[in-house]
Amino acid sequence: MDKIRNLSKTTKSNAITYGIVIVAFLVMQGLIAAHAVSHSLIGLLVPICAYICMAISLNLVVGISGELSLGHAGFMSVGAFSGLVAVSFFKGIVGAGPLCLLIAIVIAGVFAAVAGVLIGLPVMRLRGDYLAIVTLAFGEIIKNLLNNLYVGLDDHGLHFSMKSAEALGMQGGKILIEGPKGAVGIPQLSSFLAGFILILFTLFVVLNLINSRTGRAIMAVRDNRIAAESVGINVTKYRLIAFVVSAALAGMAGALYAMNFSSIAPKKFDFNTSILILVFVVLGGMGNIRGGIIAAALLTVLPEQLRFIGDYRMLIYAIVLIVVMIVTNNAKIQSVLGEFKERFRRRGDDKAAQAADAVEGGAKHE
Amino acid sequence: MGFLTNLINGISLGSVYAIIALGYTMVYGIAKMLNFAHGDVIMVGGYVCFFAMGSLGLPPLVGVLLAVIACTCLGIVVERLAYKPLREAPSLAVLITAIGVSYFLQNSALLLWGADPKAFASVVPFPSITLFNGQLTISSVTIATVLAAAIIMVALTLFTTKTKMGKAMRACSEDKGAAELMGINVNSTISMVFAIGSGLAAIAGVLLCSAYPTLVPTTGSMPGIKAFTAAVLGGIGSIPGAALGGVLLGVIEIFAKAYIGTQLADAIVFAVLIVVLLIRPAGLLGKEIREKV
Repeated sequence: MDKIRNLSKTTKSNAITYGIVIVAFLVMQGLIAAHAVSHSLIGLLVPICAYICMAISLNLVVGISGELSLGHAGFMSVGAFSGLVAVSFFKGIVGAGPLCLLIAIVIAGVFAAVAGVLIGLPVMRLRGDYLAIVTLAFGEIIKNLLNNLYVGLDDHGLHFSMKSAEALGMQGGKILIEGPKGAVGIPQLSSFLAGFILILFTLFVVLNLINSRTGRAIMAVRDNRIAAESVGINVTKYRLIAFVVSAALAGMAGALYAMNFSSIAPKKFDFNTSILILVFVVLGGMGNIRGGIIAAALLTVLPEQLRFIGDYRMLIYAIVLIVVMIVTNNAKIQSVLGEFKERFRRRGDDKAAQAADAVEGGAKHE
Repeated sequence: MGFLTNLINGISLGSVYAIIALGYTMVYGIAKMLNFAHGDVIMVGGYVCFFAMGSLGLPPLVGVLLAVIACTCLGIVVERLAYKPLREAPSLAVLITAIGVSYFLQNSALLLWGADPKAFASVVPFPSITLFNGQLTISSVTIATVLAAAIIMVALTLFTTKTKMGKAMRACSEDKGAAELMGINVNSTISMVFAIGSGLAAIAGVLLCSAYPTLVPTTGSMPGIKAFTAAVLGGIGSIPGAALGGVLLGVIEIFAKAYIGTQLADAIVFAVLIVVLLIRPAGLLGKEIREKV
């Protein structure tokens, strides 16, 4: 007991976060085994896992590093398509199984990290809203380039072209990525278990990074760049670390996401997807990893659960978004809520005090 | 002649971007917020004009006027309901709210008017002008768009420099606290800026739909993002900057489409933005603000 009590606050908090994920996974598995989950929800499990990973990784940039990124879906798509090519390439060597998925996810992470470095180096020269618009621009550029990318695989290896499928010069073989049509005939290797493991991995990386010397340096830069610089922190280096790690994790999530579908087009990873992930992070509370996870899961399920109201569901979603933002950020509403909480707590305290008095009185009586 | 045609088309598209960017830049200058719902106001303006002309059979000019009035009211209402409660909130909260408003407008349009594209009739019912023995045709919409952009730009510059309200706006964008001490009603000034920005968006929407006559609920989102890019390119917060950025962006986009390929045009537009920002981090005409320690 003493050992648990002596753990630091962050360790406890991290343990709770891991606990929530593990318990949620086990409960879901139990429900699936008991056939208590609807078919549409089962289909959503892998996307939810991918979105949770995206939310955790974006939180590293937006919450911990304090930069607004509007192009996170770009890294997701880099990961998705490099992962898909890797799967087709390694399928013949290691067979289409968990090992193949693992290799694909690792390669996706590497490619997304490279994209992160390439984009991060120029982006880190800018600040604030300018940085936001440049990340948006990069997200759109990635989408456009992938829209023009043709990749084929035959006996001679991989073929790349930015023009058309004919320009690949294929001899037999198979076209893997076909410009705006994207990838088709994807082996669906992703599973809920794989998603769960990827979430744990992402959590492990991000939480350990936050609680390390590097993480503290990143947060110092966020809180006061000049003060951080004056104590010898290399500002660009630490901002870049956060950005690249986030990009790599987003790429891995992208690979997981893509391999849940039989076909996927580059336009799936557009500005709206970036915004969707940003909404998870902001609604969950910036810098709050646990909040982001819960928000990602709830907000992915919510539109599906609202299907019964048909066309009105996205309207309701928009209204929920606006109302939640106003309620959580308006000073007046917050102070009213705070007063309410205070009163509630006082009443609780009064009761506790009465109870204590009663016990004391009883003790005296004896 | 191909070059000249492309240049004219580019300036025409750029003028639309410039009008939208002017709204963006004014709102940003005063409220320091990225109003992502601005693009959807364009779409609302387009629909209002479409129905005024199509279903009610009103003349084009009345249709445009109705669209401007509707969008101005919309801008004021949205500002009052969604943005005003968040005046003191962190900028990200306001950004997400703006995105919420954008979803709201798009989905309302979807419910009200359906997803099927509407064929928009041009609001400029004059024949095209043909020059150089028919080698060069300039449509009347093009001329109207460029003229409208120029007039709006001059009018806005005069408004912000000469009138009391305009001066109040500039004062607010520089220092809200000090402006309040000078007796300026900051809240009503911000409402005014939203009203002007949304009215401009309506004009842009009508002109955009006249040139590219398919109207769907998501019509406004891509031009909105491009115009935002244009505003940043020119230096966000600066009125001439927005106009310059808009025209440049339009010309680059059309030339990229003509000489490099339709698919890669957007990538090139955004690449230009990135290059400009790397050389001039505050945009072409933006003021570099030094950080004080």
